[in-house]
Amino acid sequence: MIKKGILLLLLAGFVVVISNLIINFSGSSELNPLARYYAENGPTEVGAANLVTAVVVTYRGFDTLGEVTILFIAAAIVGFFLKILNSNNNRTSSLRKPSEILETASTLLVPTIFMLGTYIFINGHLTPGGGFQGGAVIATGVMMIILARPTSEFNHKLLSILEAISGIGFVLMGVLGLILASGFLNNAFLPLGKLGNILSAGAIPIIYVFIGIKVGSELTSILNSLKENQNEV
Amino acid sequence: MTQYLSVEFIAMLTGFLLMVIGVWGIISQKNLLKIVIGFSLFDTGLNIVIVSLSYVKNSTAPILDKAVEVSDAASKIADPVPQALVLTSIVIGLGVTALMLAYVMRMFREKKSLEINSYNELKW
Repeated sequence: MIKKGILLLLLAGFVVVISNLIINFSGSSELNPLARYYAENGPTEVGAANLVTAVVVTYRGFDTLGEVTILFIAAAIVGFFLKILNSNNNRTSSLRKPSEILETASTLLVPTIFMLGTYIFINGHLTPGGGFQGGAVIATGVMMIILARPTSEFNHKLLSILEAISGIGFVLMGVLGLILASGFLNNAFLPLGKLGNILSAGAIPIIYVFIGIKVGSELTSILNSLKENQNEV
Repeated sequence: MTQYLSVEFIAMLTGFLLMVIGVWGIISQKNLLKIVIGFSLFDTGLNIVIVSLSYVKNSTAPILDKAVEVSDAASKIADPVPQALVLTSIVIGLGVTALMLAYVMRMFREKKSLEINSYNELKW
């Protein structure tokens, strides 16, 4: 009873703290100066039609590098914590067999999902989307493979090579921007092209392809280490 | 009164409700997996709040195409910066969730229990 009371008190305190913000909230009617700068100069400086991409990859590209690093560290720690300690061979025996509908549908859906993911990260500078979203979509395809064929094995070496190459590529693009253009991760060392074309915005499509492959392979390795441990426990 | 019926207000209220549900889940649930779900809900609610804060009245997505010309972009789009930050926050939230699930699996391997009451080594 006392525990319930304390719980309610804590929740009420939380609600009181945030309710002030809600009640006095009225949306803004114009952009703040920083966003105005990005809206006015983004198309000419960066050349990306999607201004969120311009902010993520170029104006705040260093944040994105840190974000990719955090995801890598999370994947590494998950792999470390779930390292298979004892290798018993009848790991798959207690798994329930996947339904036939799922198994059949996955053969059609998985290539389509991979293609959609690739489309999303290649068009990240034109349409809503980008490397992270595309990589996550690819990981859902991998999830489907795991659900439909629980016995399937993934190639760890290929995953880590893909991840290493894309990570090095991302940093290399940043360093090329430092050498050939004005700063780290500046995309203007390649021609900016016409706004709205697929080959525009300088190095952004290349960087987003690297990010997409990296995120996809990292999420795949997280899913893989979670999957390989489901019968360990 | 009319301000309480606008899109950004409804989105913000939804986000705060999700945050409250998440806090409730974190502090009241005994099952480790439900606590992880509570953290996840809190995360989602916070992301919705940040996006709704960045909304500008009657604006559209910050993507330049036929609907938004380059010349009048500044008067038609929503703030792109918080959206970019939320993109970061979603990815970090995913990493945190994966880490917590890995800890839960590891803890279950040690004691064969998902009840938080059976892990009392750090209790004082």
